[in-house]
Amino acid sequence: MIRFDNVSKRYATGQEALSGLSLHLDAGEMAFLTGHSGAGKSTLLKLIMLMERPTHGQLLINGKNLARLHRSQIPYYRRRVGVVFQNHQLLFDRNVFDNVALPLQVSGYQPREVGRRVRAALDKVGLLDKEKQNPIALSGGEQQRVGIARAVVHKPRILLADEPTGNLDPELSGEIMKLFRQFGELGVTVLVATHDVDLISRMGQRLLHLQQGKLVSDERSGHVA
Amino acid sequence: MSLSNRLRGERQNQSGPTRDVRRGASEGRARWSDKLKSYVDHHRSVFVSTGRRLLAEPVQTLMTALVVAIALGLPAALYVGVVNLQQLGGRVESSAQMTVFLKKTANAADIDSLQKNLQKDPDIQSVSYISSQQALQEFQLLSGFGNVLEMLDDNPLPAVLLVQPDPRFRADLVGSEALVARIAALATVDDVRLDMKWMRRLQGILEIGQRLVLSLGLALSLGVLLIIGNTIRLAIESRRDEIVVVKLVGGTDSYVRRPLLYTGLWYGLLGGLIAWLLVLLAMLWVAGPVAKLAVLYQTSFQLAGLGMTGLLGLLLSGALLGLIGAWLAVARHLASIEPK
Repeated sequence: MIRFDNVSKRYATGQEALSGLSLHLDAGEMAFLTGHSGAGKSTLLKLIMLMERPTHGQLLINGKNLARLHRSQIPYYRRRVGVVFQNHQLLFDRNVFDNVALPLQVSGYQPREVGRRVRAALDKVGLLDKEKQNPIALSGGEQQRVGIARAVVHKPRILLADEPTGNLDPELSGEIMKLFRQFGELGVTVLVATHDVDLISRMGQRLLHLQQGKLVSDERSGHVA
Repeated sequence: MSLSNRLRGERQNQSGPTRDVRRGASEGRARWSDKLKSYVDHHRSVFVSTGRRLLAEPVQTLMTALVVAIALGLPAALYVGVVNLQQLGGRVESSAQMTVFLKKTANAADIDSLQKNLQKDPDIQSVSYISSQQALQEFQLLSGFGNVLEMLDDNPLPAVLLVQPDPRFRADLVGSEALVARIAALATVDDVRLDMKWMRRLQGILEIGQRLVLSLGLALSLGVLLIIGNTIRLAIESRRDEIVVVKLVGGTDSYVRRPLLYTGLWYGLLGGLIAWLLVLLAMLWVAGPVAKLAVLYQTSFQLAGLGMTGLLGLLLSGALLGLIGAWLAVARHLASIEPK
């Protein structure tokens, strides 16, 4: 589903964020991306989101070379990817329901269908009773769960998350990670960037460790202590 | 219920006509007919929601709309002025008689045959004769110099034929001049007067007025573009977060553009409407004095306003300028906002 072939990314500033990275994730596979800050985790996710383009190498998603994707096709590509941010990127000028509904509205769903799906997504993250609230009134954990609901409401094939537990206490972090695993079990390809090694080491998932833009280890978390 | 069970339950519940839609949707795609309907619905809802957004900030909205209104209203008011002057000019021209002065030596038979000839002329509508005696009486009556004239031995005034040219000469200065020359060449005719200079001046003024309307209109249209462009630029800045998120979840450029373009359209429409009201107010303000003046000139002159066509024109030009202004701002500033 996700294949990096010898991908390098050098920013205009000269900083080499990724160098010669090769990586393959099957459909429905779940993996964690770890590494110190600046190791290239965010860059890797941005490349998948087409927020950045690789300097060298190929990136294939579902067998398609992203380099061949024209700028005008990017929106349609992004509709099949869900993404969760550390700062959750919620809009505070509208309520929880409208925040979650956004991916459906841009894709042109009928209001009835939007309502059904948004409530299903909010139900999954346990926030069905908060749909009319403004996200600013919610706790950090709740805001992050709204962000997750928005990322999965259109049933993407790929779910990405960049430090989704960054500001949360361990208990909340555990709940969030459990949510991601549930989506993985549903056949969604899940890739979560996190520095929270303690948490993910207990989850028995694939672990990709980045260091200075290179993939230095690729193993099951169950095998490392 | 676990997540997967819940989803399986959902799938099993599918039946009936909505089934295809749901299956299509579960792959993350919407059907084409749905998309079209959704597209139209979205336009309508964006039109309404951008309008509401503007109403939520009435002072800000009114100020921008007023600036637009003044820019549109100024040339519109000037246009109304020119139209009215033209109307006035038309009246003057239509009443433009030629005054044919006859030679002092002309006897009654000459005058009679001249009058008959002129009456047969297809270029002439009517001819009326004023004898030198009548002319003197009229002059004494109107000028207030009656006493002075009584002191003269001789009647200094010639006999006159008042010639009303055919209506088709109203707007035809060249034709009128040719007619004047033709009559002047006749025997027993001393001189022919047509106050062409006055008409020419009026026409010249009107031509300048028209060009002024056009150039002012163009300059102020540019102003409207800049005003709306700047307002939309600010709107783009204040909605930066929203634009980033919409782009991240797969909103197309046109989806992002749409509310901004409609905002421009609203400003243009509001500005056009207010401009029309402003011109209407100005007309009401001027109507009283104009009516008084008309009475003094013993005419039934009526001020022509902008009317429904004018309202339509103002709304249309406002809407168009609003859209173009918004488009320019969007084209310049939207591309720079990408998710980082």
